[in-house]
Amino acid sequence: MMTFPILSLITFLPLVGVLFIFFVRGDDETVARNARNTALLTSVFTFALSLYMYAGFDKATADFQFVELIPWMPEVVNINYKMGVDGISIFFVLLSTFLTPICILASWESIEHRVKEYMIAFLLLETMMVGMFCALDMMLFYVFFEGVLIPMFVIIGVWGGKRRVYASFKFFLYTLLGSVLLLLAILALYGKYGTTDIPTLAGVDVPFEMQKWLWLAFMASFAVKVPMWPFHTWLPDAHVEAPTAGSVILAGVLLKMGGYGFLRLSLPILPEASLFFAPLIFSLSVVAVIYTSLVALAQEDMKKLIAYSSVAHMGFVTIGIFTLTQQGLDGAMFQMLSHGIVSAALFLCVGVVYDRLHTRDIDRYGGLVKNMPNYAAAFMVFALASVGLPGTSGFIGEFLVLAGSYQVSTTVTALAATGVVLGAAYTLLLYKRVVFGELVKPDVRAMKDLSFREVMIFAPMVILVLWMGIYPSSFTKPMAPSLEKVITDFKADIAQPEAKP
Amino acid sequence: MMPFNSPDLGPAFPEISLAILAILLLMFGVARNKEDYHSVANLGIFALIAVFAMVCKFCDESSATFGNMFVADAFGSFMKLLVVSGSAVSIMLASKYVERERVMRFEYPVLILFATLGMMLMISANDLIALYMGLELQSLCLYVLASIQRDTIRSTEAGLKYFVLGALSSGMLLYGASLVYGFTGATNFEAIATSLAAQGAGVGIVTGMVLLLAGLAFKISAVPFHMWTPDVYEGAPTSVTAFFAIAPKIAALALITRVAMGPFGPLVEEWRQVIAALSMASMALGAVAAIGQTNIKRLLAYSSIGHMGYALVGLAAANAAGIRAIMVYATLYMVMSIGTFAIVLMMKQKDRMVEQISDLAGLGQRQPMLALAMTIMMFSMAGIPPLAGFFGKLFIFQAAVNAQLYVLAVVGVLTSVIAAYYYIRIIKVMYFDPAGDEAIDAAKDGRLNFLLAVSTAVALLFIAFPGPLLTSAEAAAQALLK
Repeated sequence: MMTFPILSLITFLPLVGVLFIFFVRGDDETVARNARNTALLTSVFTFALSLYMYAGFDKATADFQFVELIPWMPEVVNINYKMGVDGISIFFVLLSTFLTPICILASWESIEHRVKEYMIAFLLLETMMVGMFCALDMMLFYVFFEGVLIPMFVIIGVWGGKRRVYASFKFFLYTLLGSVLLLLAILALYGKYGTTDIPTLAGVDVPFEMQKWLWLAFMASFAVKVPMWPFHTWLPDAHVEAPTAGSVILAGVLLKMGGYGFLRLSLPILPEASLFFAPLIFSLSVVAVIYTSLVALAQEDMKKLIAYSSVAHMGFVTIGIFTLTQQGLDGAMFQMLSHGIVSAALFLCVGVVYDRLHTRDIDRYGGLVKNMPNYAAAFMVFALASVGLPGTSGFIGEFLVLAGSYQVSTTVTALAATGVVLGAAYTLLLYKRVVFGELVKPDVRAMKDLSFREVMIFAPMVILVLWMGIYPSSFTKPMAPSLEKVITDFKADIAQPEAKP
Repeated sequence: MMPFNSPDLGPAFPEISLAILAILLLMFGVARNKEDYHSVANLGIFALIAVFAMVCKFCDESSATFGNMFVADAFGSFMKLLVVSGSAVSIMLASKYVERERVMRFEYPVLILFATLGMMLMISANDLIALYMGLELQSLCLYVLASIQRDTIRSTEAGLKYFVLGALSSGMLLYGASLVYGFTGATNFEAIATSLAAQGAGVGIVTGMVLLLAGLAFKISAVPFHMWTPDVYEGAPTSVTAFFAIAPKIAALALITRVAMGPFGPLVEEWRQVIAALSMASMALGAVAAIGQTNIKRLLAYSSIGHMGYALVGLAAANAAGIRAIMVYATLYMVMSIGTFAIVLMMKQKDRMVEQISDLAGLGQRQPMLALAMTIMMFSMAGIPPLAGFFGKLFIFQAAVNAQLYVLAVVGVLTSVIAAYYYIRIIKVMYFDPAGDEAIDAAKDGRLNFLLAVSTAVALLFIAFPGPLLTSAEAAAQALLK
């Protein structure tokens, strides 16, 4: 245990940036420049700090590390400010702090008005995301979980596309509706056990009847966030209307909150109910994988296509988690990280061409390989990773998930595997229509290849995707103890006969 | 004949001082030039601050006086501090507004002072007669305040409507009180409780209790006794509306809590159903009816109906957690109302006040600070963490879940999602909609800025320092239940 509160520092450092930006004065030009620089500096520094934390992270243990505990509402309510990371959450923290500077860089030129507010919103979002992944108290978790809504609502609503109002409202209300039920479930747990401490609650034996209700309430919240079919309808709207960086963070981190919630809360606290409802999850996920892949195949809008593909890929994650096997969990975790980078990168790829031509219509492009070779190469890496080509990050996740689900149900595995095929179909079709073909349209011909800034955005992501694909152990090793602990605890909970209340 | 004993004035010292100060202020106002509004207002604020200090001083003592008709306890002191500071803030909020709208009558602050006195008496009432006296003193002042802009039709209409409906509610309350007296033979709260514990729930006593609660529900504008609220909120001068939203609601909430938990404590299973029904109806109507509103004041009226519905959830829980939740909720609700009304009172277009929601379009660009503050207030009212409003709702729902009122809790969270729609709609108008032709000016008023800054800071920072409020609310709740 460390006395230095590094997790709080990482979580709240972006707020320092917010304060700085808030007090920036001057003419519009100066304000915008200072806001951009401050935001980038803050987020890069936060990322560096989280890497430093990772360096000090003991990869051999499943315990929570860097734990901080401060009484929050002393004497009255037993809710504490408790932070800590284990092998599962630390990667999400890294993912969040990694993607935020990328988002800020991606918005460098495309956001021209209200830059100050935009950067504030993004840094606020970073605080909420990191805080959520570090929280070890359910109420604290919930505060961050729902707090994400505020900056994201503003990002979609102010800097979004034509139907931004509709999309932002739908996003906000849909996710809020899911999360308030989670709040009630948390309060019910608190009412019964007098604590909202996640590790403690993971140890208690909740009666099965109660578990079922709580599980459904948890699911209402996480299923919307993941999103699982049929709760996914907000996602395509939100993605299409959000600015590029908004989509990146949405696909990269926000969707993972649902999966993380299942892993961190549903499985350890409600094990019997998780087993009980696993078939439900499988059914919904299989439908998601097949149905949304087919829907993606029919899309004419690039962002919508990737949005639907996200639903399909997250379907693999939920299958993996609820196989309740070691491989399945490893796969789900890996798939989440991989998807966090790949889908984020794909949205960035759309953003690159959208910045130049201001349309997301697939048919408006074609033949980009000729005048934008670097772009075509980067796009290809991410497209293939999304397809799940061996050697890229996407392969490991999907393979492990399918290996895990094979132990549970061959039907689910077979059906989910069709999603891999369909995924290849729509992704490669998208790639072909945008990048290959004749370069005839004059405005497309005039498009310039990646700028230095864009190369700087894509380079680390390409490296990561290949690294994760070629040498996955450097990612799976540190997370293994924690995932093993989830499974062994789960097995132990299931094995013991149900305690009669 | 009993020998005459002089009552112990100590516990009622703040009230007596306030009465004397208010009368002095009235005479001062009459003696001075009638136009001299500001000095009366400032003196009124000082008087309230002095009373605040006195209440603070007697804060922890629990004592009764005037033949046990009047109690001073931690619960009462907590609520009185809220009410007194709310009244002082209301006078501060009004200062620029009354200048612009030409309602600079010195009676305005004096009436607020008397209304505050009424509210303090209500909060401390330990007898049906004392309750009624406090309530009527407060109500009469409020009727006059609603129509203080007597040369406009809207204000007069608001005052009249408030008066007629308020009189009706007083009638119900009195009828209920007389039934209660008839069946228990007592007007004192403790005596009623003893009698009820002995005799249990009969038809007559329950009828009386329900009528009494209905009369009180009128004052906190719980559905279905809410009809007056939107009209009065809209018609009354905005600074008066602010006062209505801030102080009397909290006093009435304190009163209904004391009445339900005290004299009718033994009948908790009976009144819980009534309160739960009122609460659900208020939350639902407050959420749904506000969606269609175009006027900010009407919207805030429905919003306050909804908020009272949430507070009643805490009462329905009828335990220490519930009472504590009510007090935390009332405090945060007051802070958010102050902030919101400060913003509404600041904005003006050319020479009229901004009352339409559509007028706010483009505020995000023209008055970024104001729009930001409004955004914080709206998210907080909607109960989105990490803002203060969330914690108000959190403790309410925690109390409900603890008392196993799951239906109430589920209705509560679902209506809070519906209500979130109209709160974020205001944010949408400010930030997402293109600006209208008329620019909105923000009045340069140090007091409003100060109040807005304070309430924004509370909304933002409550998450970091919830301890003091929770601890004192807990102590107050324990005092009430003792």
